Amino acid sequence: MDLLEHQGKQLFGRHGLKVSDGKAVTTVEEAVAAANEVGYPVVVKAQVLIGGRGKAGGVKLAANEGEAREHASNILGMDIRGHTVRTLWIEHASDIATEYYASVLLDRQAKQPMVMFSVEGGVEIEQVAQDSPEKLIRHHVDALNGLSREEAVQIATDGGADADVIEGVADALLALYEVWLSEDATLAEINPLIVTPDRDVKALDAKVSLDNNALYRHPENQGLSDSENEDPIERRAKEQGVQYVALDGDVGILGNGAGLVMSTLDVVAQAGGSPANFLDAGGGSDAAKIKQAVELILANDKVKAVLFNIFGGITRCDEVAKGLIAAFEEIKPSVPFVVRLDGTNDVEGRRLLEQAALPNVHPAKTMNEAAEKVVALAAGAQASAGAAA
Amino acid sequence: MSVLVDERTRLCVAGMTGKEGSFHTLNNRRYGTNVVGGVTPGKGGQDVEGIPVFDSWEQAASEAQPNTAMIFVPPRFAADSILEAAAAGVDLVIAITEGIPAHDELRVYNTLKRDHPNTRLVGPNCPGILSPGKANVGIIPASFFEEGNVGVVSRSGTLTYQIGNEIAQAGFGCSTIVGIGGDPVPGSSFVDIIELFEADEQTELIVLSGEIGGSAEEEAAEYIAEQVSKPVVAYIAGFTAPAGKQMGHAGAIVSGSAGTAAAKAQALEEKGVRVGRTPTEVAQIAVEILGGVAAER
Repeated sequence: MDLLEHQGKQLFGRHGLKVSDGKAVTTVEEAVAAANEVGYPVVVKAQVLIGGRGKAGGVKLAANEGEAREHASNILGMDIRGHTVRTLWIEHASDIATEYYASVLLDRQAKQPMVMFSVEGGVEIEQVAQDSPEKLIRHHVDALNGLSREEAVQIATDGGADADVIEGVADALLALYEVWLSEDATLAEINPLIVTPDRDVKALDAKVSLDNNALYRHPENQGLSDSENEDPIERRAKEQGVQYVALDGDVGILGNGAGLVMSTLDVVAQAGGSPANFLDAGGGSDAAKIKQAVELILANDKVKAVLFNIFGGITRCDEVAKGLIAAFEEIKPSVPFVVRLDGTNDVEGRRLLEQAALPNVHPAKTMNEAAEKVVALAAGAQASAGAAA
Repeated sequence: MSVLVDERTRLCVAGMTGKEGSFHTLNNRRYGTNVVGGVTPGKGGQDVEGIPVFDSWEQAASEAQPNTAMIFVPPRFAADSILEAAAAGVDLVIAITEGIPAHDELRVYNTLKRDHPNTRLVGPNCPGILSPGKANVGIIPASFFEEGNVGVVSRSGTLTYQIGNEIAQAGFGCSTIVGIGGDPVPGSSFVDIIELFEADEQTELIVLSGEIGGSAEEEAAEYIAEQVSKPVVAYIAGFTAPAGKQMGHAGAIVSGSAGTAAAKAQALEEKGVRVGRTPTEVAQIAVEILGGVAAER
């Protein structure tokens, strides 16, 4: 789960990382009041989960109330690469002497936490890693011992931090590590980590990703994330405990098992189609769960045809068939379905479907055949819709 | 031969008294796996259809001498159960549990490495290990697999069944199917399992089924080029997955430009590993190579 800047800064504050005073607001009036409160000059910052806010005009400096009002009304509602700005973060503008970069992440290859630090802050860190890798310090931390003060000082020194802020940078790194560790983050990043003219070290931005699997031990973090910008069907799926990811095509997909569903998306794409979603019905899905999944898929009105690709292990094909039949009774879908049932109780599942003789449901023997059929049906629906128009 | 589980397996299951745990444990026993016990704190002395339940791994180890542990407990208890099994001296721990926090997995991985280097962890969030005709530990539906000479290692369950079933329909079988799981910090990597298949006499061909996220497939490509003499066929799922979205598995996520399916397929192909574009194509390539292997005999 990715957090907005202001949410990340809230977590930073909890662990003693220095951030500027500020307020998260959702209206122009609130923005002006917040600006008056924190004191000018202020920075008006769009809160979206996408990089390049500054370039898109989503971060502006305001010297007075008039400018604060102007920027807030321009930025609220702005679209930044598909993300609508619904929240602003208003903070007191900081004087900047130097910009650094710092992050802590889970290095999957080394299977250790990794601290990264660079004196080349305020720019894309991938660019620094590519152009001057010697300027990006990568330090693996022993997961069982944690980051020591000595290590943090060494990282700051090796990275070339100014001599008079080595201790300040080390403090920031230790606090950032603490955020990563105690909040169950998979990433905690500050870019830029600034040094002010009076040599204070502060986090000017915050990028934090939390582990969804660990949210049960952080009830205070459960309300975070950019829920307003979330896809409404994804949000509904999450509430129902279904693994659903919205995509931008027109072929609805349901399968069991994350790998098989990913593979199904690929095979549909190879057949010339464009998947509308990822949906993993999970192991052991019963009829009620299947019905719920069909409702989610059809909630997306771009869907022109639906593919069920089931290889039953724990999941029983007869249960899937029953679920589909129940769903048809209630929802009466207007789009065609292609159903491939293989594995546990597949014969019974196929027999149930045949018996029910659902309108517009096409059986397929293999995954490849199913993909070709559903793509043709989706294209047909497109063509007839075009002809009707 | 086969790898990891076989007739010598003595299985003990944490969480055997739960609904899922008992269902799958009894399934495994029905297949012929020697199930010697279960561990559920507070339920020591009970039994599940004759299989004794112990209060702790320590007690299970001393009374039932398991050499293999299966972990079926809920995510919040799983990390400690894995470590207790290792501390009790169990050599192989197979963790089925899905949803364990990544930080717990990191702690488990590094603690095993430091304190219990002889214990191998497979999973978590995996379907288990099946050596057809010998033993089944986990939730893999054994009826789709025949005994044979293909070693399968996979990050995904159902995708493995799909590929394994197509290979079986072509008349070939498997030495062992190993699910390494879909989490960010798996106990065993592709490389760990491929090393075992390379040394296993029965295995003549290795199928690797990977997916987006992390770099385990790229590491496997390097290893295969340097250390593996047997043919390897690979599949990668998730070519159409958008960046930054978790695709079902906690570990299946493209981060920026890292961990894409295209990069993984390319890394494998550059090292001479054939990559099938669909599960069916993987099975076809495998069958083609196996046909050649059989003809040479």
